[in-house]
Amino acid sequence: MIDSLDLSLVDWSRAQFALTAMYHWIFVPLTLGLAFIIAFMETIYVKTGDEEWKRITKFWMTLFGINFAIGIATGIILEFEFGTNWSNYSWFVGDIFGAPLAIEGIMAFFMETTFIAVMFFGWNKVSKKFHLLSTWLVAIGANLSALWILVANAWMQYPAGMHFNPDTARNEMLNFWEVLFSPVAVNKFLHTISQGFLIASVFVIGISAWYLLKKRHLLLAKRSIIISSVFGLLSSLFVAFTGDGSAVQVAQKQPMKLAALEGLYKGTEGAGLVVVGMPTPNKVYNDNKDPYLFSIEIPKMLSILGFHDKDAFVPGITDIIDGGYSYKNKNGEETIALSTAQKIDKGKLAIQALADYKLAKDSGNKEMMEYHKKILDENFEFFGYGYLKDPTKIIPNVPLVFYSFRIMVALGFLFILFFALILYLILKNKLDGKKWLLRASIFMIPLAYIASQAGWIVAEVGRQPWVIQDILPTYAAVSSIGTGAVQVTFFLFFAIFTTLLIAELKIMFKQINNGPKEGGN
Amino acid sequence: MIDSTYILLQQYWWFIVSLLGAMLVFLLFVQGGQTLIYTLGKNETERTMLVNALGRKWEFTFTTLVTFGGAFFASFPLFYSTSFGGAYWVWIAILFCFIVQAISYEYRTKPNNFLGQRTYEAFLFVNGLLGTILLGTAVATFFTGSMFSVEKMNLTNIANPIISSWKTHWHGLEAAINFHNLSLGLAVFFLARILAILYFMNSVASESIFERAKKQLLYNAIPFLVFFLTFAVWLILRDGFAVDPTSGKVSMESFKYLHNFLAMPLVLILFLIGVVLVLWGIWKSFISKYTKGIWFAGIGTVLTVLSLFLVAGYNNTAYYPSTFNLQSSLTIYNSSSSKFTLTVMSFVSLLVPFVLAYIWYSWKSINSKMIDEDEMKQDGHVY
Repeated sequence: MIDSLDLSLVDWSRAQFALTAMYHWIFVPLTLGLAFIIAFMETIYVKTGDEEWKRITKFWMTLFGINFAIGIATGIILEFEFGTNWSNYSWFVGDIFGAPLAIEGIMAFFMETTFIAVMFFGWNKVSKKFHLLSTWLVAIGANLSALWILVANAWMQYPAGMHFNPDTARNEMLNFWEVLFSPVAVNKFLHTISQGFLIASVFVIGISAWYLLKKRHLLLAKRSIIISSVFGLLSSLFVAFTGDGSAVQVAQKQPMKLAALEGLYKGTEGAGLVVVGMPTPNKVYNDNKDPYLFSIEIPKMLSILGFHDKDAFVPGITDIIDGGYSYKNKNGEETIALSTAQKIDKGKLAIQALADYKLAKDSGNKEMMEYHKKILDENFEFFGYGYLKDPTKIIPNVPLVFYSFRIMVALGFLFILFFALILYLILKNKLDGKKWLLRASIFMIPLAYIASQAGWIVAEVGRQPWVIQDILPTYAAVSSIGTGAVQVTFFLFFAIFTTLLIAELKIMFKQINNGPKEGGN
Repeated sequence: MIDSTYILLQQYWWFIVSLLGAMLVFLLFVQGGQTLIYTLGKNETERTMLVNALGRKWEFTFTTLVTFGGAFFASFPLFYSTSFGGAYWVWIAILFCFIVQAISYEYRTKPNNFLGQRTYEAFLFVNGLLGTILLGTAVATFFTGSMFSVEKMNLTNIANPIISSWKTHWHGLEAAINFHNLSLGLAVFFLARILAILYFMNSVASESIFERAKKQLLYNAIPFLVFFLTFAVWLILRDGFAVDPTSGKVSMESFKYLHNFLAMPLVLILFLIGVVLVLWGIWKSFISKYTKGIWFAGIGTVLTVLSLFLVAGYNNTAYYPSTFNLQSSLTIYNSSSSKFTLTVMSFVSLLVPFVLAYIWYSWKSINSKMIDEDEMKQDGHVY
């Protein structure tokens, strides 16, 4: 019931979604990784028959259950928020986006739910092998659910396998496999789950290190560290490998995100990567201020990361707004980039063509329908630009993305060293004496969460203002509700999630303090 | 040109969504049970048995709700966009009820749980009370209508590109002050309690709980019948939202839902069998020491709710009617996904029997014996 769209409604709706997603993402990665660690441990128990492995499995399973419950609580909100807060979006791309959500429910959630009951309640009721199978199926189900939601997210970053139908005023799926196996989807899935494995490994090592420091549950701690340092090392290497894949995808499909995360305004061939730096505050894309207050960079590294070519041209924020540089388009053809102002014009043409198409259809004028559809088709790739007031709206929050990216990458490399060191020392039986490292292991737990959240900030803030890259900005995706209503629900969600997080942490700390004997059942 | 395959797919998906909705209502016995923990459990051990009996099933209700939402989104995205974005407050209230449920089982008796056992039990109660009433009320608007408008081409209005807009400031809460809606909401609430009672009689090994449950069966069956009959009679007598199959125009038709039942005798039979099974499950459990009532009442619930959904959407009926502008009403034809997406989804739906099979097998494996006091004292995973 609002006559013109209130921009603060868009901001509050974004804030609410970000809040829910960030809270949800505190719990999900641990579930993804811990499920596998538990499955490894139980497998050893079943193979060896050693009761100590059963006790270890049950202890980590208890912590898994505490974390899993709150992950469910925050997850349900995310699914329904696509409808409650992003109503236009739900129609505009629901034909494509809804399918992965439904498949997630049918294929993954029921698998998780069913076998988690066997995992927790079936110890003395089903055979050892069926119990082990159930534990593995919980891990597979959890990661399958991540697959489908990440496919949906990847499609928003790189829409593929669809066309726009002017009769229904929405995008419709043309090729399911292009949606599922889009290069962005595959890479995003692998990168995200492997960093979930990494978090779980750090979590297990950190808690086990605390036991070693306290000289309690030593066998549990050492065995847990061996499993999780191997898993963590492999995962962290895979995170780096898929991170490189992400950089290539971003460079080619979301050049503004790459420019923002690098704080690069003026593009260049053989662009360097800023390792440490501080972007100049309040810089405007076309002023002459130096983009950094200071910076240390590796020459040509950005070109190598983004294009695997040391001399490749990397466009900066100014280039993307002004256009005129040469790049390879979706079909691999060398093309001169349009300016953002030109894209906005084309977007407005597409939106007007849709309106004219409808008028022609209503009056039964087939010739004019075809005429307007042709204009729409020719300009549809810029459809979303038509809603933008001016070209600068396509610039995301540069400092936030810049710093988040560096935090994520720096911590990512730190974790590789960390896992390698822990694995080396535990295998040499020298870890007990390294108190500084055991203490550091505990502090690595929050760092792993920070890295993970920073990754999502890069992915999501970096693509602003787009809900669907280039074809739907947040402005045109939002539900028509009062800003006050969203503010109220934002604070309600904030209060309830924070309360539940405190409860979760208190219970978790108590269970850890109790250790396997008391908490492992 | 009429594409009969597309129409078939749209009808198939309305059936699947209806079936999921029907299964969800059956599984709301978990919610009903959460409102009876203190009524049926008179000491801590009894309450623990009741909570654990429910605690092994709550995730299925939750997952079915999530899948119901996902399937609705995938197959009828315009409903998702219009109802969730419009009836904002009612859906947010429902979601809140389910957030607080999700952690309550796991955290209830854990040491150092911050809010205390009673708070988590209060969360379970709120979920059971409001979750059922609000869900029933929201579904009742499928028959009574809501105040909204839908104009897809508003997307071309750059200043205000809003497709669906709600036309009351209450954003869905107004549904709860309509007695016809509320009668279904309350019927669902009491039905959920009845199903819970029958479930407890079937799965908790305690004489005293069994006796109290039996008494409660009567106390809940009476208001259930009152509210359900109020809703059902009202439904049969009221005007409905008919769709002209050629032009797609929506108009009011007297006795539309009665006509739908008569035009689809199979649906009418499903409805009647469903009602009889629910009543039989209640009656047989009340008059004897019968423990299998949950199966009759459960299957009866699924059949009854399924038939109500089918009556709402089939036979050229607008399943989500707009009383603000009849032509904005949603039908299974104007709100569905494309033929391609529905086809893809239909292949995925072939997995459902497989999913049901492994659920059945796993349940059988871990629920072979009733929950008793001894089990609660063992070193197992107890809520």
